[in-house]
Amino acid sequence: MSNDPHLDRFEVRLSGLGGQGILTLGRIMGQALALDHGYAVTQTQSYGPEARGGASRCDLVISTGRISYPKTISLDLLVALSQEACNKYFSDLKPDGFLLVDTSLVSQTPTNIYWGLPFTTMAQKVGLVQTTNIVALGALTHFISFMRATSVRKSLREILPRKIVDINLKAFNAGFNRAKKEYPEAPEKWKFS
Amino acid sequence: MAAGSRKSKTIEIFALGNEAVVEGALIAGCTFYAGYPITPSTEIAEEMASRLPHLRGGVFIQMEDEIAGLGAVIGASLAGRKAMTATSGPGFSLMQEHIGYACLTEVPLVLVNVMRAGPSTGMPTNPAQGDVQQARWGTHGDHPIIVLSASDVQECLRMTVTAFNYAEKYRTPVILLLDEVTAHTREKISLPDPEDINIYTRLTPSMPPEWYMPYEDNMRGVASMPPLGSGYRYHVTGLIHDDHGYPTSNPMEVEQIMYRLFRKIDQFFYDIQMVDEILCQDAEICVIAYGCVARSAELAVQQAREQGVRAGLLKLKTLFPFPRPAVEKMLRQCSSILVPEMNMGQMSREIKRVNNGQSKILTLNRVDGQIITPGQILIKILKG
Repeated sequence: MSNDPHLDRFEVRLSGLGGQGILTLGRIMGQALALDHGYAVTQTQSYGPEARGGASRCDLVISTGRISYPKTISLDLLVALSQEACNKYFSDLKPDGFLLVDTSLVSQTPTNIYWGLPFTTMAQKVGLVQTTNIVALGALTHFISFMRATSVRKSLREILPRKIVDINLKAFNAGFNRAKKEYPEAPEKWKFS
Repeated sequence: MAAGSRKSKTIEIFALGNEAVVEGALIAGCTFYAGYPITPSTEIAEEMASRLPHLRGGVFIQMEDEIAGLGAVIGASLAGRKAMTATSGPGFSLMQEHIGYACLTEVPLVLVNVMRAGPSTGMPTNPAQGDVQQARWGTHGDHPIIVLSASDVQECLRMTVTAFNYAEKYRTPVILLLDEVTAHTREKISLPDPEDINIYTRLTPSMPPEWYMPYEDNMRGVASMPPLGSGYRYHVTGLIHDDHGYPTSNPMEVEQIMYRLFRKIDQFFYDIQMVDEILCQDAEICVIAYGCVARSAELAVQQAREQGVRAGLLKLKTLFPFPRPAVEKMLRQCSSILVPEMNMGQMSREIKRVNNGQSKILTLNRVDGQIITPGQILIKILKG
């Protein structure tokens, strides 16, 4: 774990609609970074009272040292899987933070500088629209260069029920490879690390 | 390594605050859970429902409401189990009558209250700290009670174990106050080896059943407690009772039991009072906080230090009995004290009560269902 780059409060927000699997996505990513990589990670969540349809968001703070304040302050990376989430949280992004959107659901982005992939359409192609979050996870694994794909796959296997692991691994690879193909210039090193 | 030392086995998991409470409870030896699930404490019930049935003698019951939930917990505890329940604001209000019953009949139990915003149904998925005084004074009549709080996930586990230990040691209900942020934060925690931690279990009587007096006074003020059905026959009532458990209104006997109830907690105050002092040695302004706000305050204090302000943080882990000596020390030392909390000032009034004009008390209250940010606290510290 010694080759993990030093991080000081790397903040990620995963946002979208209730039912898209935002919290599962955050949990898999958090577990990979916390247990396999050895970072200190806090994952907090915020959602409406309804089970499906309301706004849902999951915040991760990743740091080499101990984390005192568990919530996010200003974001290094915002993942928006719905137009509403993109509009609402874009202003929380740091000036040099990155935006990743699901282009099948987000038609208007507040900026031209963003990464976009059609996660929902890709998940349909994989064969199960419910794997949208895992397709996004695959893409994130490419963009967040300090997160190893093997760790994420391992934590995915641990968290998801066994009978759906295979299709989700397929979705993960679809997202990872598509992101690698379309954005080969993803940051090797994030600015602060 | 020293001779005889062994490598302790710790397992790391990535868990919610609520899940950590369950881990702590199981390490402490809890085998009974009854309750009614309510956001944001639902994960405690969920996790208990999936874990307890696999334990030897483990019982999980979903009751018809919170009143029955705490009733079942009291029954299980009288029958010798380590028992707990968890709830949130609306359920906590329903449980108040039974808390008083457990105080007077001296039944050990742990009640986790994950605080959510607002009176009544409020905002189920938003955090607040509005139940602090209710935890102390919610049930009627003069009664002693132990109220603990936790601010991060590892502490959720540790404080649950402590809560069970206090409940068993002092034969009293112990309330663990969490808030939505702490309960719904996932963090890496290490599960301690049960052999490494001190687990206290209630004393059972060793005398013959006919000699046993269930509420007899002794040095500790805590009588031994047999499980019901083990041959020791005694009466349990919510009426003020004598040493044998039978109702009494004899002023001398009433005075004796009331004084004993308070004494059994008060005389072990040194054991119960728990605070964390962070950068307090040379502090000129001290933030006194608890729960999730203590984590915001910790970052704010660090940032204030970077700007050259000598700030410190006193984190309260025991809320009641109020850790007066620790707070008074800071009141004497600091020129001003800042009390940020997510209510209209329930803890700051305790601090003002013991202040006696020694220090300037500043408050920072937020009741909009959002956590107090480090930035808000920092501004207040810098203004002094």
